Amino acid sequence: MLISMNTFLLGAAEHHAGINSGDIIFQLLMFVILLALLRKYAFGPLMGIMKQREEHIANEIEQAEKHHQEAKKLAEEQRALLKQARQEAQALMENARKLGEEQKEQIVAAARAEAERLKETAKKEIEREKEQAVAALREQVASLSVLIASKVIEKELTEQDQAKLINEYIQEVGEGR
Amino acid sequence: MEHKAPIHEFLGLTFNMSNVLMITVTSVIVFLIAIAATRSLQLRPTGMQNFLEWVLDFVKGIINSTMDWHTGGRFLTLGATLIMYIFVANMLGLPFSVRVGEELWWKSPTADPTITLTLAVMIVGLTHYYGIKLKGVKEYSLDYFKPMAFLFPLKLVEEFANTLTLGLRLYGNIFAGEILLGLLAGLGTSGVFGAVGAAIPMMVWQAFSIFVGCIQAFIFTMLTMVYMAHKVSQDH
Repeated sequence: MLISMNTFLLGAAEHHAGINSGDIIFQLLMFVILLALLRKYAFGPLMGIMKQREEHIANEIEQAEKHHQEAKKLAEEQRALLKQARQEAQALMENARKLGEEQKEQIVAAARAEAERLKETAKKEIEREKEQAVAALREQVASLSVLIASKVIEKELTEQDQAKLINEYIQEVGEGR
Repeated sequence: MEHKAPIHEFLGLTFNMSNVLMITVTSVIVFLIAIAATRSLQLRPTGMQNFLEWVLDFVKGIINSTMDWHTGGRFLTLGATLIMYIFVANMLGLPFSVRVGEELWWKSPTADPTITLTLAVMIVGLTHYYGIKLKGVKEYSLDYFKPMAFLFPLKLVEEFANTLTLGLRLYGNIFAGEILLGLLAGLGTSGVFGAVGAAIPMMVWQAFSIFVGCIQAFIFTMLTMVYMAHKVSQDH
């Protein structure tokens, strides 16, 4: 194998016999050294960090999925809670309305009873007043009739009888009062 | 325009000092890029880290398209180093070349078949190594007689052909690019008309060379993984 730059194009050539054995060994050595150095200082760490990133991303995705699930669960819980709260509010409102209704009934009933009582008392009062008035009237009528009668009788009575009658009358009145 | 390589003998080995220089420069640049990108690693990547992660993802894509990740994962560093190294090597010869005297010092290291074939042989050697390691000697040897026993010679030829094509494809592309760039540069410096005439083709060809450099780095890595998959994959 003649390793030479046989450059007929340039019209020139370099001539030497044999193989560039030194170049071969040097090239091999340098490549192996370069390979080892790059593996140790460049590609090794780089692949490490790439792997780390892969893991990081996988982790993040997993975490995100977990968070998503959690959020879903939470939302579900919130929805249930909201529903429950709404139902409770509904029940509370219903109760309040019922209570109000009852109270209304009670108040109305009480008012009605009060009114009835007042009416009754008033009626009784009226009755009593009427009776009193009637009694008074009756009394008045009796005394007047007596007075008229006495006036009528007066003309036919003697002086003595009259005096006697007046006395009687006065006595009667005095007793009556 | 005579190009000579600065050849030196040392410990009985022949060194092309320009190759040594450019291999070192390429390695240092790749190393610096990688270190700069990974100096402050963060979970949320920024700037250079994004770039290097993109490279890794790109190589990962290449590997995933040829074999399953369980077997292919171990080749990620190899593929990433390979693609960065070859890409930087291809780019180095583009902006300029440096000649000291008659000797060419600054060029793409991948414009030398020694370098590309070394890489190719290394890759093919690795495929055999991992083939034996992952499947066992028996399975590995039996693969030469599949799907039919009489294809064994072809299988043997295939191994050498793979190695040669893998290395020479890269070399040929980059070397051709550099030659044309050299010619255009020579034309550009020859005079006023030459400069005017060479400016546009020079830019076009440099753009094309960048493209070719990217493509070749990709193809080299891709074929590495294809050969690797061919050797280590269980089902045939």
